[in-house]
Amino acid sequence: MAQGVAVIGNSGPKVRSDIEVNLEITRSGGIVINLKSKVKSMYGHAIEKQCLDILSFYGIKNAILNIDDSGALPFVISARMEAAIRAITGDKKELLPMMLPENMYVSEAHRFRFSRLYLPGNNPGMFINAGLHNPDGVILDLEDSVAPPKKDEARILVRNALRAVDFYGAERMVRINQGERGFDDLDCVIPQNVHLILVPKCETAKSLKAVDDHIEKLRVKHQIKSPVFLMPIIESTLGVENAFEIAKASPNVVALAIGLEDYTADLGVPRTREGNESVYARNRLVVAAKAAGIQPIDSVFSDVGDMEGLLNNVTSSKAMGFEGMGCIHPRQVPVIKQGFAPSPDEIEKAKKIVLAFRKATEEGLGVVSLGTKMIDPPVVARADKTILLAVKLGLIPEDWSEEKITE
Amino acid sequence: MEMLTNAAGREVPAEINGKAAVPFQGVGKHRPAGNKYASPIPTCIDYPEDNNKVVGSLREALEKCGLKDGMTISTHHHMRDGDLVNNQVFEIAQQMGVKDLVWLPSASFPCNDPLIAMIEDGTINHIEGSMNGPLGRYVSNGGMKGMAVLRSHGGRVQAIQDGEVKIDIAVLSAPSADAFGNAKGTGGPSACGVLGYAKADYMYADRVIVVTDNLVNLPCFPMEIEGNYVDFVVVVDKIGIPEKIVSGTTQITKSPDRLLIAELTASFLEKSGLLHDGATMQAGAGGTSLAIAVYAHEILKKKGWKFSFGFGGSTKYMVQMLEEGQMGYILDAQAFDLDSVNSIEKNLNHIPYPVYNAYNYHSKGNLTTMMDIMILGATEIDVNYNGNVVTHSDGLLLHGIGGWQNCLHARNVIIPLPLFRDRIPVIVDRVTTLCGPGELIDVIVTERGIAINPRRQDLIDSVKGKGLPLITIEELKEIAESICGKPEKALFDDRVVAAIKWVDGTVIDAVRQVKK
Repeated sequence: MAQGVAVIGNSGPKVRSDIEVNLEITRSGGIVINLKSKVKSMYGHAIEKQCLDILSFYGIKNAILNIDDSGALPFVISARMEAAIRAITGDKKELLPMMLPENMYVSEAHRFRFSRLYLPGNNPGMFINAGLHNPDGVILDLEDSVAPPKKDEARILVRNALRAVDFYGAERMVRINQGERGFDDLDCVIPQNVHLILVPKCETAKSLKAVDDHIEKLRVKHQIKSPVFLMPIIESTLGVENAFEIAKASPNVVALAIGLEDYTADLGVPRTREGNESVYARNRLVVAAKAAGIQPIDSVFSDVGDMEGLLNNVTSSKAMGFEGMGCIHPRQVPVIKQGFAPSPDEIEKAKKIVLAFRKATEEGLGVVSLGTKMIDPPVVARADKTILLAVKLGLIPEDWSEEKITE
Repeated sequence: MEMLTNAAGREVPAEINGKAAVPFQGVGKHRPAGNKYASPIPTCIDYPEDNNKVVGSLREALEKCGLKDGMTISTHHHMRDGDLVNNQVFEIAQQMGVKDLVWLPSASFPCNDPLIAMIEDGTINHIEGSMNGPLGRYVSNGGMKGMAVLRSHGGRVQAIQDGEVKIDIAVLSAPSADAFGNAKGTGGPSACGVLGYAKADYMYADRVIVVTDNLVNLPCFPMEIEGNYVDFVVVVDKIGIPEKIVSGTTQITKSPDRLLIAELTASFLEKSGLLHDGATMQAGAGGTSLAIAVYAHEILKKKGWKFSFGFGGSTKYMVQMLEEGQMGYILDAQAFDLDSVNSIEKNLNHIPYPVYNAYNYHSKGNLTTMMDIMILGATEIDVNYNGNVVTHSDGLLLHGIGGWQNCLHARNVIIPLPLFRDRIPVIVDRVTTLCGPGELIDVIVTERGIAINPRRQDLIDSVKGKGLPLITIEELKEIAESICGKPEKALFDDRVVAAIKWVDGTVIDAVRQVKK
């Protein structure tokens, strides 16, 4: 048995719902556990038993385990212990918590993706209530929000979260790392009913295809039936130039997102509030996505205290053709949803058009008209989309057409 | 120690510190008998004709009051964590070699932690009042000689009025006072706004000392402490540290999860119809309560409605409602922030209102029963809606009751809480300590659903089919346990370290020493 020391997880006065395990695998002396926990009187025995079971699962008979617990939930404790043991022993064996049956829902290529909430992959305290804020998607992030030395432990934590945390119907997304590490991420998370993979700093169709092919291999290996969608993030000038090819790289690509922090850095200019420096990139991305029949998704708005600024940003984003935006704080979710949702005026107009179209179809008329105005098919299609959106968002009931339309 | 089982099924001591105690009989069942307590009749002969009661020092005043072993000293908590007077009283007693005092504060704060040393050396026998943080931990570990008694704010004034506890000396800090002893909460460097907790103390104490750092000419008006009850006035450099007396500004919570709970609560208030034109509301100064007040304010503005009055502790959010026309009056026992302090000074509709007049159960009426909407907190709620506010699930005594028990008598009691804190479930099988019976708690709002007490079918009907996430309390408990795991129960020794009084002076529960 390998010997050594590993310190995994987080502790400190500001840390909540996490645990730091300091594990030393020794030659002799049996297992010694020193437990410091703010929930010791209620869960002390449970924590010790869980840790002993995990050590036994990996066949470890001699170890000194110092635990500093800030009220971590069992799936977090399990991830931290597994990461510590595997860091020392190099063992590849996984210790999977039970997959909640309610986590087995499927996603659809054309579902709405207005708001997708970023969750830093190594901060378990933010996972458990994330779905309650009702984002369209949650992104468990393994890339920029995780410090390089924490990448391996975060990957195990995210895997456990995908099994043990209920995200209440949000689309289950993971942002993987770039390059080889990204493939390791996929190996770990793809078997956990992940709906969508965000591919950061995507610059070419070829690199995205490599990710898609790797996922395909994993789907075959693990007999995964449902598709795994892709959302490449365009974050460079080269990526912008290749946007359409990237969007068409695979039928699994359902959305194209833009990341403006890195893009403006690549451009060599500061990111401004007005955003003139990125108008072209954003327009180009919208056009590329729409041309490929997928959703264009805007960058995040980073001032979490400025809800008015956020709403303005969403409004202009929607006007450019974007169909969603990243959120870095749960409070941004309702603002973004409200911003992308159709306005009452838009809904009323759409209702009239749809009803006129239905009436014309019933009467066998080839031409749809509203009042004295002729209505073209694309206008009907857009009205249909608006109505679908409004129903889905709960702004109008599903049986809205049975209500009286106000004139 | 002889223990009795009370009407709530809790084992409580038959006597407290040598005096017989009445076990809890049920809500509204206990009838008091006899007359109120009265302090000895004073005479003008004993007081200076010029009515200048100023003496040289607090020690001199305490000596002149005849401070001696076994006395009960009362103080109020208006200086909060910035208090510079209350600890001094016991330091002086310690220097004088006085032992076995009983401290009867209206609340204690972290700044009072040095008093643990006074309990250890026997200067203080026991505390009858709130036990926060380290002081509570110390009591829970069995450090105090006598048994602690925890009362609500209203229970405290009831006990004083009824003579259950007799105050030998009341030492009352006052931001402004005149030489006769008239005093108030505004003015001076240590303004706290209102002195709503001082009234029973000065009316019923045998001796009253007013301590101020702002001596003004007579009359100190409008007086909240009346000089004809006061024995001595002491002038000191500083009675408190201003930034710790009131927060510069109270803040609504920034936690997205708490804000979600606040939004759900506001939505419940709106959809149930509890929020209506002319309603009355009380919410605390906690971050979630403040957020609910802000959301309620928005609803009122949208509808053109107005609260007829709100009961303080006041905050800038209540003041905003008052100033913008969504609240008729603030009746106020304490001011939590600078905006409230300023408002009391300038706004005639912001009215100091002592807890003695608002919360006393042994009184000809009680303001709390007039409140339509009462927003409260709790450390635990059980599946029978019973509430705990004094101990945590680990059994440690960590908070006072405050006005919580009194406020339970409101028409609609709503408790917004997270379903679990870190890993600790808040909805449990049985509360560790019973502070409030479930029949008085109506609605629990959590981030994972709203549970309405089945006793309140009217409330259930009022929100049916209105899109709120309704859930049973048992389901909430199950969700909490499925996420956190089932917690072990705290382990206790037999020794009772604290008695929990109900609003009528009966004993509703006891807190035992935690097992080492």
